[in-house]
Amino acid sequence: KLLADLGAEVVKVERPGGDPARMIGPFLQDDPHPDKSLFWFAFCQGKKGITLNLEEPRGQELLKRLVAKADALVESFPPGYLDSLGLGYDALREVNPSLVFASVTPFGTTGPYSSYKGPDIVAVAMSGYMSLSGDTDRAPVRVGYPITYPIACTEAAAGTVMALFHRGRTGQGQRVDTSAQQASVSLGANAPTFMDINQRIIRRSGQFRGELLAAIPERQVWPCKDGFISFAIYGGDTGARVNQALVDWMDSEGMADDFLRSIDWKALDMSTVTREWMEPVEERLGAFFLTHTKQEMLQGALERRLILLPVYDVTDILNDPQLQARGYWKEVEHPELGRSLTYPGPFIQSSPTPVRSGQRAPLVGEHNQEVYGQWLGLSPEEIKTLQQQGVI
Amino acid sequence: MPGIFDGIKVADFTHFGIGPMTGRYMADHGATVVHVESATRPDTIRTSPPFRDGAVGLNRGGFFATLNTGKMSLSLNLKTERGLELARKLVVWADVVVENFAPGVLRGMGLGYDDLAQLNPDLIMISLTNLGQTGPYAGHPGTGTVAQAVAGLVHLMGWPDRGPATPFGAIPDFVAPYFGALAVSAALDHRRRTGQGQYIDLSQFEISSWLIAPLILERVANNREAVRVGNRDAHAAPHGAFPCQGEDRWLAIACTSDEEWQALCRVMGQPELSADPRFATLEARKVNEDELEAMVSAWTRGRPAHDTMHLLQQAGVPAGVVEDMAEIYDDPQLQHRQHFPLLDHPEIGPHRPQ
Repeated sequence: KLLADLGAEVVKVERPGGDPARMIGPFLQDDPHPDKSLFWFAFCQGKKGITLNLEEPRGQELLKRLVAKADALVESFPPGYLDSLGLGYDALREVNPSLVFASVTPFGTTGPYSSYKGPDIVAVAMSGYMSLSGDTDRAPVRVGYPITYPIACTEAAAGTVMALFHRGRTGQGQRVDTSAQQASVSLGANAPTFMDINQRIIRRSGQFRGELLAAIPERQVWPCKDGFISFAIYGGDTGARVNQALVDWMDSEGMADDFLRSIDWKALDMSTVTREWMEPVEERLGAFFLTHTKQEMLQGALERRLILLPVYDVTDILNDPQLQARGYWKEVEHPELGRSLTYPGPFIQSSPTPVRSGQRAPLVGEHNQEVYGQWLGLSPEEIKTLQQQGVI
Repeated sequence: MPGIFDGIKVADFTHFGIGPMTGRYMADHGATVVHVESATRPDTIRTSPPFRDGAVGLNRGGFFATLNTGKMSLSLNLKTERGLELARKLVVWADVVVENFAPGVLRGMGLGYDDLAQLNPDLIMISLTNLGQTGPYAGHPGTGTVAQAVAGLVHLMGWPDRGPATPFGAIPDFVAPYFGALAVSAALDHRRRTGQGQYIDLSQFEISSWLIAPLILERVANNREAVRVGNRDAHAAPHGAFPCQGEDRWLAIACTSDEEWQALCRVMGQPELSADPRFATLEARKVNEDELEAMVSAWTRGRPAHDTMHLLQQAGVPAGVVEDMAEIYDDPQLQHRQHFPLLDHPEIGPHRPQ
């Protein structure tokens, strides 16, 4: 999807009848139909789609013919599956020596856990990241939506384009091997480093910010009048400015007492600060936040340049003026459904070659004629026969 | 071993996490990366923990060392005319400029893309910020920690009967560098083919919202808002972290098909459960999920986490220990993949950056 956004011609190869991911919800109007998966819509936008049975010898031959014309192949089968069909990297590089072959798997294609299953929650658990998030009195949690694979796939896309750049300079192909577990380790920020440098294990702390830039956990998520906001007290020059600006705001509404007004924020040293010092401060800030809505907090934060933003739900994201002003939303036509849908648009803004928002995801086998006919030179009769034989 | 970015020169005007990691990604793959800092205003991360032996020092911070491996450092005071002149010389030398100042700061110093492209017409420049360079919020000086709040990631983390938890750290700070590396690599390849430079404006709000694109489409198409679900998943049950033997020990288990559920029942020594109408199908398991989770927890509790993971994986059931920060360094898979290479550092000594 990301490569298609960057302008590549991407052909999604599905098994006859359609890829199993087409049955991942949510579905348009809750209708579990292979051409109505919103998951599929989101991550296959801009691609062409063909059907191909990789377990049939004729299917394998067709894939090789396609690979001979391709610059890159991206796959996420369990490690060893394509090799078992004679379609692994070693076999395909014989067909196309400069091929870039990229894999996205739970743990990478080699190593003791490479054959283990790793859906999102398993990969993020084993990356260490999950141990860092969630309330202390319950189980650790993941983000309540599987984002681990979109993250790993972005790394795989980066690896693929890097390899294409290298191929452009040297003519050499490349094997790219991305692990979802590895792609998520870095989300732990400095928590792994605390272990490495200080032999200290950082653990989850709910709505508090684990000892990221301070010696103590400090509140990050705060209730406000109609929801929650995200804000933490910083030290340094930035903290001195922001904290004072917040106190001034509170003061203008009669909510800063002598204690708060007397704090010299420039003297605040986050590397030695204690919970005893922090608690009365948090108490006053918390009372102030409860008097304002998310929207009021956002406006106040923008005016005063506070490092504070509201906790948006999806509706808030869609209504946000910043994304609208930047042209983030793209209407994508779905002629079969007789409507269009609003999609998240470019993942970056770039000039002079902007990222594009492609056509809606392919229907099952939608581009069989085009790809097998025009690209591989098969006749309409041959295509029909292959279809009847269950090869495509 | 040759690197993909061998010969590529990067001027890295970055601080905190998102910018340094993007430059580091390029250094990891062979680029010559010069991290520009000011001796009078060091990168905040240099003064952030953890420090070797707990002794604070600009060159003792492990987080800075992790975010900036493989780079050179240049101290340069951009508040002086001569400093700005040297910065412009560095940009003429560079193929790529990476920066994460608040929008408008570099422009204010005469180092915006339009200025720099006059000095170096095929320059590739990437600016990484929380909300983007344009639009009504463009001046906002934020971080990934608050960007993940507007992007919906905070709303989605935690339990349905409680307020949200904050994802540790800042997910966007560590995801954006993958998007940044993708965009810069694509721009380098475009330049190789056409001679043209590129300006790239990355917003953490935008890349992070993209991660939950199906939920956005669900709101658009079905008018349904996403809610917190703890560790549950619409497409799998059981699906969660289950308690194991020891203090705060957890095993993630996810049955994404009836076959995996049947295998779990066999491993639990209760094969008859898979035929029980309360649990036979995903639909039934979702309806009776509280009971289902209580049963699985009763089985995992008292069992060692690692042994149980191996037992389940060997039976074809997705399972993974919720590894803590010590365990990831001992993880045989991450070791096999050399995820934490051993480096030496003159003040920190030997360390293993991720």
